[in-house]
Amino acid sequence: MSVIQLAGIERVFHLGDSTVHALTHLDVGIEAGEYVAIMGPSGSGKSTLLNLLGLLDRPDAGSYHLEGRDVTTLSPDEQAAVRSRRIGFVFQSFHLVPRLTAAENIALPMMLAGIPAAERAQRVMQALKDFGLDQRADHRPDQLSGGQRQRVAIARATIMQPAVLLADEPTGNLDRATGDEVIHLLEVLNQRGMTLIIVTHDPKIGTRARRQLMMEDGELRHDSAAAPLRSADDNPPSPLSGKGGDGVSPAAPAPDTPSAAT
Amino acid sequence: MRTADVLRFARDAAAGYPLRTSLSVLAMAIGVAAVVVLTSLGDGARRYVVEQFSSLGSNLVIVLPGRSATGGFSPANAMTSTPRDLTVDDAFALTRLPSVRRVAPLTAGNSEINANGRLREVVVAGTASTYLDIRSFKMAQGHFLPEADWSRGAPVAVIGAKIQEEIFAGRPAVGELIRLGDRRLRIVGVLKATGQGVGGLNTDEIVFVPVGVAQSLFNTNSLFRVLIEARSRGEIEAVKREVTAMLKARHGEEDITVITQDAVLATFDKLLRALTAAVAGIAAISLAVAGILVMNVMLVAVTQRTAEIGLLKALGARGATIRDAFLAEAAMISLVGALTGYGLGLFGAFVLRQMYPVFPAYPPDWAVVAALVTALGTGLLFGIMPARRAARLDPVQALMKH
Repeated sequence: MSVIQLAGIERVFHLGDSTVHALTHLDVGIEAGEYVAIMGPSGSGKSTLLNLLGLLDRPDAGSYHLEGRDVTTLSPDEQAAVRSRRIGFVFQSFHLVPRLTAAENIALPMMLAGIPAAERAQRVMQALKDFGLDQRADHRPDQLSGGQRQRVAIARATIMQPAVLLADEPTGNLDRATGDEVIHLLEVLNQRGMTLIIVTHDPKIGTRARRQLMMEDGELRHDSAAAPLRSADDNPPSPLSGKGGDGVSPAAPAPDTPSAAT
Repeated sequence: MRTADVLRFARDAAAGYPLRTSLSVLAMAIGVAAVVVLTSLGDGARRYVVEQFSSLGSNLVIVLPGRSATGGFSPANAMTSTPRDLTVDDAFALTRLPSVRRVAPLTAGNSEINANGRLREVVVAGTASTYLDIRSFKMAQGHFLPEADWSRGAPVAVIGAKIQEEIFAGRPAVGELIRLGDRRLRIVGVLKATGQGVGGLNTDEIVFVPVGVAQSLFNTNSLFRVLIEARSRGEIEAVKREVTAMLKARHGEEDITVITQDAVLATFDKLLRALTAAVAGIAAISLAVAGILVMNVMLVAVTQRTAEIGLLKALGARGATIRDAFLAEAAMISLVGALTGYGLGLFGAFVLRQMYPVFPAYPPDWAVVAALVTALGTGLLFGIMPARRAARLDPVQALMKH
């Protein structure tokens, strides 16, 4: 079963007199546990697509099924509940709340979901350990390095054990080495069964994914799953888990949907 | 999101911008402090007047001619129509009543005093020896009017402290002759200055003469007032009843009005309470201003934290949750401001009492409650708009602001 099924998606923006078709005739299905990179030049509609997938934006036409459920017709509050439980976001600029510590930032989704403080503390403790941040629990974002900030953000995005992890240029504000570290972290999470969708314009990162969606002018130009440029098997996920001596070993549990990755 | 978490989140958010938060707390505090201090002043004035009135003389009952339809005291009651005159005989008859201790007739008019080569207009009060004790006046020099037959009266006068100062330039006046209208009177006493000016008459500027002298001076048989002192506070009502009955019997109909000190007091009390309420209302405007400031601060907070709001929405916060968090923040600013202002106001009232010990400047309870409730109310009311704006932000747009 597809975790994500888009059919006939249209998204039109009105800027003054002109209309911009940010997305047109989009039909995409993504299986649970897949590792997908959405690529394309700026203005191609890849961020709009990510916002739609994350239920931050609504399509003007078409349907979006998440885990078999039509989520386009949900009320704003129901969509918020879906975002809370089933979707995790990782942003280019981390989006940590500056006045909260690393631990509090990680606990934020659980607090919003109304999970009791005792359970929150326990899960945050585990996440801090899994992401190698136990020494940084009481540090505020401005006391953390870029890589540490993004690890806090990833810990926050996965703390509710979502089905889909959406990453918008997750390495955009990081240097090469820390960027690789973060990508590796995301790939490990994907190997444990979490569906991973990365928006990037960096081909080096994009080609590491097992499937690439090439966007241009709001249209899906190329889907490597439909017509592979080269064999997907040529690019297996590198066993990076042993490389980083950072104690990075996320223990995110598999989503409840069975893995049906190609 | 749990309530405790909403409150903690709002508290941390307010604490995250200390300058902005403390400024709006200060504005709210000033508003509440203004209400507390100003109502302390107003209520202090009320208590002060009540105390002054109580010192007028105890257990006072006043009889005036004419029937007033209402039981209360008002300037209109003093000018009722077609009264039968109150006479000296009426007043004298009242002295025989069982619950009456003393009676003093009172007739009044304007005249010119001429003495020591100076001339001025004065209020002349015709009364009797009992007046001194009923009003609890003290003599500065000499003695008050002698006990005598009320219908005759010796050619003597007692002058107020200010008259003595103005006519005799402070020299001892006892024994001096004065001309009052066409009468020549000898001064037998000078009253101690009281500074009291109840009813528009400053007793320091009055010339007291025997009631008989005043009546012939003004060519009248009637009395302006009859002042009665009851034997005790508990007998005031008895006096009122007996006086009404006796004068009804004498006049054939009930054509007088009896007012007690309590009624006069109640009127002033009511008047000054209204004044205090008005002052409180004026001070409350500063609370409204503080409320608008809180709104401004919260609007700035929403703009400043737009990215954060977008993030919270992406993390699964419902609009209502974000609205509650911002409302809680506004409420906290208002609450802390109100409590700080309450403390400041109490301190201000304390300073007032230290500076003017005779002035009992305590804020009335109702004003304190009203100030605190209004502060919280305006804070919440003006917090609604920014909170709703925050809740309605488009997450995509909000997340792009960074």
